[in-house]
Amino acid sequence: MIAKANAQRSTTNTQRPISDMERPLRVVFVGHVDHGKSTLIGRILHDTGSLPQGKIEEIRKACAAEGMEFEFAFLLDALLEEQKQNVTIDTTEIPFRTPRRRYAIIDAPGHKEFLKNMITGASRADAAVLVIGANEGVREQSRRHAYLLSMLGIKHLIVVVNKMDLVDFSEERFREIEQDYRKFLVDLGLEAHAFIPASAKEGENVARASMKMKWYCQANVLEALDLLEPQRPDVDLPLRFCVQDVYRFDGRRIIAGRIETGTLQVGDQLVFSPANKSSIVATIERWKAPANGPALAGDSIGVTLSEQIFVERGYVASHENETPIETNRFHADLFWIVREPLRVGRFYDLRLATQEVKCQIVSIERVMDSSTLETKTHGREQLERNEVGRLIIQTRGPLVMDNHDRIPNLGRFVIVDDRKICGGGTIFGGVYTDRQVTKSQNIFWTEGKITARARALRSDHRGAVVWFTGLSGAGKSTLAQALERDLFHRGMHTYVLDGDNIRHGLNSNLGFSPEDRVENIRRVSEVAKLMADAGAVVITAFISPYRMDRRRAREIALEGNAEFIEVFVDAPLEVCEARDPKNLYKKARAGEIREFTGIDAPYEAPEDPEIVVRTDQQTVDESVATILEQLLPRLREYEMND
Amino acid sequence: MTELSRTHLDQLENQSIFIFREAYHAFKNIAMPWSMGKDSNVLVWLARKAFSGRVPFPVLHIDTTYEFPEMLQFREWATKHHNLNLIVKINTEARKRGIGYETHDPVTVTHELKTVALQQALAEYKWDALITGIRRDEDPTRAKERYFSPRNAQFEWDYKDQPPEFWGQFATSVAAKGEHVRVQPLLDWTEVDVWRYIQRENIPIPKMYFTRNGKRFRSLGCSPITHPIESTASTIDEIIAELEATKTTERAGRAQDHYERNAMQKLRAKGFL
Repeated sequence: MIAKANAQRSTTNTQRPISDMERPLRVVFVGHVDHGKSTLIGRILHDTGSLPQGKIEEIRKACAAEGMEFEFAFLLDALLEEQKQNVTIDTTEIPFRTPRRRYAIIDAPGHKEFLKNMITGASRADAAVLVIGANEGVREQSRRHAYLLSMLGIKHLIVVVNKMDLVDFSEERFREIEQDYRKFLVDLGLEAHAFIPASAKEGENVARASMKMKWYCQANVLEALDLLEPQRPDVDLPLRFCVQDVYRFDGRRIIAGRIETGTLQVGDQLVFSPANKSSIVATIERWKAPANGPALAGDSIGVTLSEQIFVERGYVASHENETPIETNRFHADLFWIVREPLRVGRFYDLRLATQEVKCQIVSIERVMDSSTLETKTHGREQLERNEVGRLIIQTRGPLVMDNHDRIPNLGRFVIVDDRKICGGGTIFGGVYTDRQVTKSQNIFWTEGKITARARALRSDHRGAVVWFTGLSGAGKSTLAQALERDLFHRGMHTYVLDGDNIRHGLNSNLGFSPEDRVENIRRVSEVAKLMADAGAVVITAFISPYRMDRRRAREIALEGNAEFIEVFVDAPLEVCEARDPKNLYKKARAGEIREFTGIDAPYEAPEDPEIVVRTDQQTVDESVATILEQLLPRLREYEMND
Repeated sequence: MTELSRTHLDQLENQSIFIFREAYHAFKNIAMPWSMGKDSNVLVWLARKAFSGRVPFPVLHIDTTYEFPEMLQFREWATKHHNLNLIVKINTEARKRGIGYETHDPVTVTHELKTVALQQALAEYKWDALITGIRRDEDPTRAKERYFSPRNAQFEWDYKDQPPEFWGQFATSVAAKGEHVRVQPLLDWTEVDVWRYIQRENIPIPKMYFTRNGKRFRSLGCSPITHPIESTASTIDEIIAELEATKTTERAGRAQDHYERNAMQKLRAKGFL
């Protein structure tokens, strides 16, 4: 790379028009504390004429007033606190430009306890400049930062061996550090584009070639930067459209989200994971922008679908032949950045793109010290701050993901504890054909009486009675089963109480007289309540024609602290009679059955049901989507009441 | 649009929309301070981009009672134009106590009529997040901001212990009562980016930004302490050309920033935007 840098050196200085329409190259400066990052940045700003008028004089004056020697690093230390402590405390972003292009410098701190700030800064960067003090050589954070850069996916790295003035500009010392550090980088799979001996304090090899180090005749810092290319969103990878929200501002359902990778066009058939439902993109929504072009990686868009399937935040859309992995158990490398260690067996929140699920650390396979790359294999039950662990993680519900080496944006996640981001991980070794949902083995700690909340926490949803009502042939059983399947595949506890099945057993002694119908519904209500109390989402599919009975069913459920959701499965009598799946209407018309609802017994339509589906107008999938949209938030309400 | 690449402005716009949507999802009760300045109007525009042409939360104007009359006219016009749910907040209590530029220093007045007024509005409406238009390039203290930046009940910003922010994951929850989160979708934008975007999208802004009698406003605040700069720029192109040549800072005409050493730092630590 250095040879290349050298060969192209002359081209860097040729004036190429700078366009403000181009994104500045974001460069993060990292390295061990006191190795001179801030000084190097201050020097670059000074030598490129990027400082506001009077800034240097202002700081010189301030230094004089406090009896301190002027340093380039002070240019950055704008906050009072920093000037007091003389260390950089947080990431700053400062613009500068060379004749070639614009830059944004991200200054990351070197102190151990400020690791999270360095990660914050580095995760946004296109490239990194790693500063090593020639006097001290490679230190703990020189290595740790490189390790984190590799995990964060930074590919472009320039190493500056700074403070050469303190080692008499010795080539020998420089080569020693270079050799040592290159070996370390190779172990990480990183390659430095350039290794530059420099003195930021004196300006040697920063913006101009050094006369004091004539033995070095390759690119200076600015030249090396000018040769780098920005990281661009990956349009060539498979499509991953991550749903942020579903908006209904103007009556249409707009699925809003960001294209993480790939491209998306009107007419594309999309598969939404984890539900595995597909639909076609009807429109791409962009307010006040031409809407006809394809959407690309990095675009924040909205789409409408030609068929209304249920979609919510966290869903990931892909193209049919390139679906992501869906699993609840996977391997990952995780870095941990908070004082409280990560513990095996504990539950955490896991966020991957717009998904958020509860997860448990199953085991720690091995732990690496990120500065020595030393591995400790067995017997570890926790991961300490600054360590990187290879873990097995299990989630409560299905998680949609990719391997990090295939699609980085979907192959990385954060662990959240007590609402704070505590670590970040990258996924590897996932199998792309595996889409089955395996049953989770959650550890359960509650002692004493098991509360409804404890049950809800365990299964990640509360118990509920979903009460379908409607004419015979309206589609209650079909919908109940479709809904049950959907909920089951989400890892929920669910069960259908169907009219026919109950009448064969529990209610075999009941007929169809008004009294028996009332008793039938009462028994079903009681059974549904018990099952809901046990934590299940019970779906009942009975004609249940009387308002009074349904009101009682609701009361019974509420007495048992179960959520009750009435779903009116609505279809006109003519439609139901035309369907007549069990030939009951025919028999009723022929007088073979008496008191048949809709023919010679009344059906009292619900006045105020929670949900209405029109099965004469909606497909089964659309009806299920309508139900899920209102049902799922209610099932999760136990979390909000906490 | 058929080209498989995006400009810098496209990328900024996309990132801001992403942040708007994350904020709107994460916080139930949210508002957007709106000063009617250029950044503020870009913010309104981006909100409409994010939410299909709507701003689905209230916008808040902290009215110091020292507003330029022209800005108030713009407020009335733009409220209708963007169909905004506008809330106007004045710290009437402080005005009654006689706090004003005629008698007090600008740091005190700014704190009372802006920050305290904002605190009063927050106490009244109990918002858990505020969307602000601050940018990293405006001021060194703002450079250290996060996209999602928590503030405690006293409005203090703990810049020494900020939450990590990476891979599009933010501090999207409020930990304790009275806390709120500042959401800052323009953090990555520069002053020139803002102007180029206003030009590209044709976003309505007050005319005071353009030259009149050889002067124009580069940054807009309270009338007694906001001073125009020498300028002949009458178009956005001319403004951009002027900005590329200058080395003075954007907020140089805002007296409260320069009243004493580290004035901005002190104002911000006390809750100023």
